Amino acid sequence: MEEPSAGRRTRADAKKPTVGLFATCLVDLFRPSVGFASVKLLEDAGCRVEVPLGQTCCGQPAYNSGDRADTAAIAKQVIESFEGFDYVVAPSGSCGSTMKKHYPWLFEEGDPWRARAERFSAKVHELVSFLTDVMGITGVEGRLDQSVTYHDSCSGLRELGVQAQPRALLNSLEGATITEMKDANVCCGFGGTFCVKYPDISNTIVTKKMKAITDTGADMLLAGDMGCLMNMAGKLKREGSNVEVRHVAEVLAGMTDQPAIAGGGKR
Amino acid sequence: MELTSLKFKEQSSAAIANADLQRALGNVEKGFIDKRRKSTDALPEFDRLRDNARDIKNHTLAHLDHYLEAYEEKVTQSGGHVHWAATAAEAREAVLAICQQRKAKTVTKGKSMITEEIGLNDFLSANDITPVETDLGEYIIQLRGEHPSHIIAPAVHVNRDQVESDFRRVHTQFEAERDLTEPVSLLAEAREVLRQKYFEADIGITGANFLVAETGSSVIVTNEGNGDLTQTLGKVHIVVASIEKVVPTLEDTAQILRVLARSATGQDMSVYTTVSTGPKRADDPDGPEEYHVVLVDNGRSDMLGTEYQEMLRCIRCGACMNHCPVYHAVGGHAYGSVYPGPMGAVLTPSLHGIDKSGHLPNASTFCGRCEEVCPMRIPLPKMMRHWREQEFEKHLQPSKARFGLGIWAYVARRPKLYRRAVSLAMPVLSRLGGARHRIARLPLAGGWTRHRDLPAPEGATFMQQWAERQRHDKGSKA
Repeated sequence: MEEPSAGRRTRADAKKPTVGLFATCLVDLFRPSVGFASVKLLEDAGCRVEVPLGQTCCGQPAYNSGDRADTAAIAKQVIESFEGFDYVVAPSGSCGSTMKKHYPWLFEEGDPWRARAERFSAKVHELVSFLTDVMGITGVEGRLDQSVTYHDSCSGLRELGVQAQPRALLNSLEGATITEMKDANVCCGFGGTFCVKYPDISNTIVTKKMKAITDTGADMLLAGDMGCLMNMAGKLKREGSNVEVRHVAEVLAGMTDQPAIAGGGKR
Repeated sequence: MELTSLKFKEQSSAAIANADLQRALGNVEKGFIDKRRKSTDALPEFDRLRDNARDIKNHTLAHLDHYLEAYEEKVTQSGGHVHWAATAAEAREAVLAICQQRKAKTVTKGKSMITEEIGLNDFLSANDITPVETDLGEYIIQLRGEHPSHIIAPAVHVNRDQVESDFRRVHTQFEAERDLTEPVSLLAEAREVLRQKYFEADIGITGANFLVAETGSSVIVTNEGNGDLTQTLGKVHIVVASIEKVVPTLEDTAQILRVLARSATGQDMSVYTTVSTGPKRADDPDGPEEYHVVLVDNGRSDMLGTEYQEMLRCIRCGACMNHCPVYHAVGGHAYGSVYPGPMGAVLTPSLHGIDKSGHLPNASTFCGRCEEVCPMRIPLPKMMRHWREQEFEKHLQPSKARFGLGIWAYVARRPKLYRRAVSLAMPVLSRLGGARHRIARLPLAGGWTRHRDLPAPEGATFMQQWAERQRHDKGSKA
């Protein structure tokens, strides 16, 4: 477990680690409830949460399009806004891994930004694995009466090792049943700009994913990344499925009043 | 083969619409993945073997000139000849010169991707020399006038019925009424035809999985034994191999062999692993009278010292394509290049230029599964991203995409402007969703909405709502 450094705190919160929440652009734009669920989970875990205004996006669309200069400019903006916190947490493995695994490489060796990016990257975590691996949370309170299936988003899984953590926390909910889908660890076909650059290929991949999801018979599909969730939800909706799609943070925080991303009784 | 990677989009859409192909591609997913997992799970030290294999190749590449010269010396000592070919054309000419000197009419061939890369078969045919592929998959696609769609399973796109009709069309020496319904009967027929070809052939051409510097040997791995017949029965054995196949020692070869077959087919070892060193010696019962090695560079030495050097560790196991969701969706031919899948997406632009193969490094979701299974730990997504950076620098991407990205980046670099823009846009988009909160069509978003709905946003952005909550909290505290 990492030692929280002395940061800026009020007296009442003096012992709480400070977390800068990187909401991610998709949560900011499409699914604010995931942002609030993240705040609740982090506060329940004993953190003091702030949401810095300097954030827009982690820069991944530019990074994966080969636009290194804009990515580096966005990265500097993120680092400046977040480096004062003990931790930087994102409800996404994809944005989390861009900030944690890739930011340092945007700057040449010897560039002072390189060292600064490395110090920043060491503080970055994906939300659910932060709760379990850093804050030591082993369970959350609440009930889950629907059967769920969980999709492993690629970056979180392969770059940050997020796989057991969300399942462990979901299993701590009373009544939870997770039915694993076939190939839960295989890409859903989102891939950022890939899904609009190569829509037919993306569709072929998400069609297989949809079958894997519906074959489980689960009521609810959960994942930890809004990009994948919007892709799978959009496909399930188009095909008339009523599987309820949510970000795992909403369910763990018990904040499911908001209509689901797709499916479920409320839409 | 003609490079058609610029037509990747059209070719992939056609592949997706091809029901026969889609059925065949199901076998790639089923056939390779579980077998690899079982064999690697059974070997607790597999990841350490991968590290070791990576280190051996890194060391060799750092001293490539040294090991290539050492290799040449040993080949010469054992009575063989090394021909250095800087380009594909030089490699073809070197092979042709040997064939013409021996007045060869027919050559048998073991499976080899490098001879695909240099376009050897068409060239030999144009010079009145008949190449006969002896690997069953290669033989099938040669009959069909096609190219491999997979580097270790060249005919993976072909189904049994198609093979039967090809055999009936070409093998007219057999009676038309024969029963070919069982795959094993197809195999028996191919074997009978090919057996004769081995004896007729003047020369056998193989590739190499490894060239061993300490002994001057070439090593091939096969499952059919066709490579052994090819290199042993002809009077002349020609090895065509690219320069990065060299490794220092037989021990190094054995180390890398431990990860090769496991990654490829899930076997501990392939059925045949054959080491050949020089021509037949006086006491040898069999073997070729002449032994030639055509060492092909064809763009590889230009990769040394660049961000693509690590690609030269590739041992052509095919694990990256076996695990690639894009390859599973479109198959190998859609890529329009000799090497398909993730390894091809990195290698093809290195060999032909990014301007001629731009789609390949872009047609990836960056899911990272290729790198996860690569026995040589090649960071394939990272190198695909490098290619995208080169495209961006050279302004090779479609202007519409570049324009959109430019506007987005301009705004994303200005948080206040960004916040104003999105706080106006998202409520509009939210209302477009209507009561069912779904957007089925949206201008400029056809790429998304062609196949799926866009889940409508909730309304006010998180940052707006958060700011309101902060104001409210402060107000209530006051």
